[in-house]
Amino acid sequence: MLANLINGISLGSVYAIIALGYTMVYGIAKMLNFAHGDVIMVGGYVAFCSITYLGWPPVLAVLASVVVCTMLGILIEGLAYKPLRNATSLAVLITAIGVSYFLQNAALLIWTSNTKVFPNIFANLPSLKLGGTQVAPVTLITVFANIVIMIVLTLFTTKTKMGKAMRAVSEDKGAATLMGINVNRTISVTFAIGSGLAAIAGVLLCTAYPTLMPTTGAMPGIKAFTAAVFGGIGSIPGAMLGGILLGVIEIFGKAYISTQLSDAIVFAVLIIVLLVKPTGLLGHKVNEKV
Amino acid sequence: MKKRAVSAVLAAVLSMSMMAGCSDATATGSTGDGVTAGSTDSGAAGSTDNGAAAGSADNGAAAGEGGALTGTLNLGMIGPLTGGAAIYGNAVKNGVQIAVDEINAISPDFQIAYNPQDDEHDAEKSVNAYNNLKDWNVQVIAGTVTTNPCIAVSAEAYADRVFMLTPSASSPDVVAGKDNVFQLCFSDPNQGSASAQYISDNAMATKVAIIYNNSDAYSTGIYQTFNTKAAELGLEVVSTTTFTDDTANDFSVQLADAKDKGADLVFLPIYYQPASLILQQAKGMGYEPTFFGVDGMDGILTMDGFDASLAEGVILLTPFSADATDELTKSFVSKYNTNYGETPNQFAADGYDCPYAIYRALQYYANANGGLDVTGKSAEEICTILIGVFTDPGFSSDGVTGSGMVWTANGEVNKAPKAMVIQNGVYVGL
Repeated sequence: MLANLINGISLGSVYAIIALGYTMVYGIAKMLNFAHGDVIMVGGYVAFCSITYLGWPPVLAVLASVVVCTMLGILIEGLAYKPLRNATSLAVLITAIGVSYFLQNAALLIWTSNTKVFPNIFANLPSLKLGGTQVAPVTLITVFANIVIMIVLTLFTTKTKMGKAMRAVSEDKGAATLMGINVNRTISVTFAIGSGLAAIAGVLLCTAYPTLMPTTGAMPGIKAFTAAVFGGIGSIPGAMLGGILLGVIEIFGKAYISTQLSDAIVFAVLIIVLLVKPTGLLGHKVNEKV
Repeated sequence: MKKRAVSAVLAAVLSMSMMAGCSDATATGSTGDGVTAGSTDSGAAGSTDNGAAAGSADNGAAAGEGGALTGTLNLGMIGPLTGGAAIYGNAVKNGVQIAVDEINAISPDFQIAYNPQDDEHDAEKSVNAYNNLKDWNVQVIAGTVTTNPCIAVSAEAYADRVFMLTPSASSPDVVAGKDNVFQLCFSDPNQGSASAQYISDNAMATKVAIIYNNSDAYSTGIYQTFNTKAAELGLEVVSTTTFTDDTANDFSVQLADAKDKGADLVFLPIYYQPASLILQQAKGMGYEPTFFGVDGMDGILTMDGFDASLAEGVILLTPFSADATDELTKSFVSKYNTNYGETPNQFAADGYDCPYAIYRALQYYANANGGLDVTGKSAEEICTILIGVFTDPGFSSDGVTGSGMVWTANGEVNKAPKAMVIQNGVYVGL
């Protein structure tokens, strides 16, 4: 029971950290960045190459990964999404799927699809014993990283000028422009932050489940998107809650109901939650004023 | 002006991503209608070194001598040369290449032109690769390497009457109902029941756990026969858990179940990539049973960056042992080492045995029928000849994966399995 709970939190914390990036971009730019999972994959590969081929220490590798992913995020936003700022949301969604394919296939060309085994960057840290169950250091660090990121993002969006600008843009682009906010720049910064988070998520995902392929980000990306919707998309604490709950439900479903039906159980719970509370657990209903 | 430039770039990015997605999209829609476009990114890798093999084609020496085998045989091979299962495909490709070179050196009268094609372990791409081979006038196919693509391709080959000898696709579905498809490796039922037999004979475990992939025909097939045989032999299976391709990250529940129920042996009829995660997570939770795999486990040691100490003590059932001391194995291993810089795995050995089985079968026919010139023979004619010989009780072939291999009429092979254990990062025969 306790072991399953810990395993669930361990899996859920990985979903949560990915979901934070999803929810951040959705909350401000109001677009679903389906390429997020693939930016995570790129982050994983950059860290892998820095450690394995260049022999860099893990801290430097994580930094390199964050820098590359942030730049990639800005590039993707500038080339693919910015020109569609006034297009329908469907067009942007399709473009995001296109970017996702593009990144996967580019990774296939660069790194081939031979599976890489990600080094355990926390190998030196001891694991925690909790009631006879070992908690891997990567789990503790992922949960910790989740909390830190959640707090920093919340402070950032409520206290800083740029954060306030982001919230203004998310509420009403037109009014924000009238108030002298540079909407394009604000959205670019949002993407930069979201992609930087993706890099951290990529390193933590690959450390927890150390095989790396061009499709590594795809399935966790979809699960994390589910987690973000579950928690209430756009809500930062909601993403964290949704991610952890999703992981716990998945593990409990496997342990007590059936290993064959784990995904079916997860999505059944999601459907029930959305039927009862369409905005997700912590989502707010926004009344459109006409 | 600036806006126009930006939208041009955008259009380029879009169309590139469209093209990138295209290989998937075309393939899905076009199973079997002769479209070769789908192989844009897969064909390139496959055709890199077939020039050399195809170059030696025109040796058409005097045909029609009594009992002589003459002409040039177009031998195609299909397997994952890139992708998640590339270790298997490349091993087979290299193994076949060594055998083809050896056979071509025997006599200038009979030559094999060899054309390997990539399928990325994808059924649709495999059918595209098969269509490429048909355009090349393939006469016999050594392939395909992995099970799901092989099922797709063998259905096409059955309709077209092309003889297939698969080195390693082990599902009974590969050969079921198709008289033109033969296996060089054990079929899954054989692997599953042979594993149960081996565990029971050597009293390796009192309680057995099984973790298998229920979205994969290969894994499910082995699991079913293992389970039946285990029940027959009185092996106690205490835990049976599954995962799918989509949930192949976290195995904590499956391992905890096995651990809680006291399993001292975990049977893993799965491929090496999820197996590597299972080994890592078992270590993380301090669970140390004996892990017992089948041929899908082969390749785990060659993963980029894999910590070989995780696989210490893992046992796998495979018909080939690179440290066997017979002349045939020693010569094959040293050639493989020289040419490709690594020790051949079981897939390479299976690949190596394929051209020899086909060559010996053609020779057998030539001897019995006063000669055979394969040049210009249609795939269908060759197919009829080979089916006749492979199902002839008098025909058997020796190789590095077993001597005296014989085939049943439904295409399965009979030979003896061999268990290997991983010690200090290498396979050691048990």
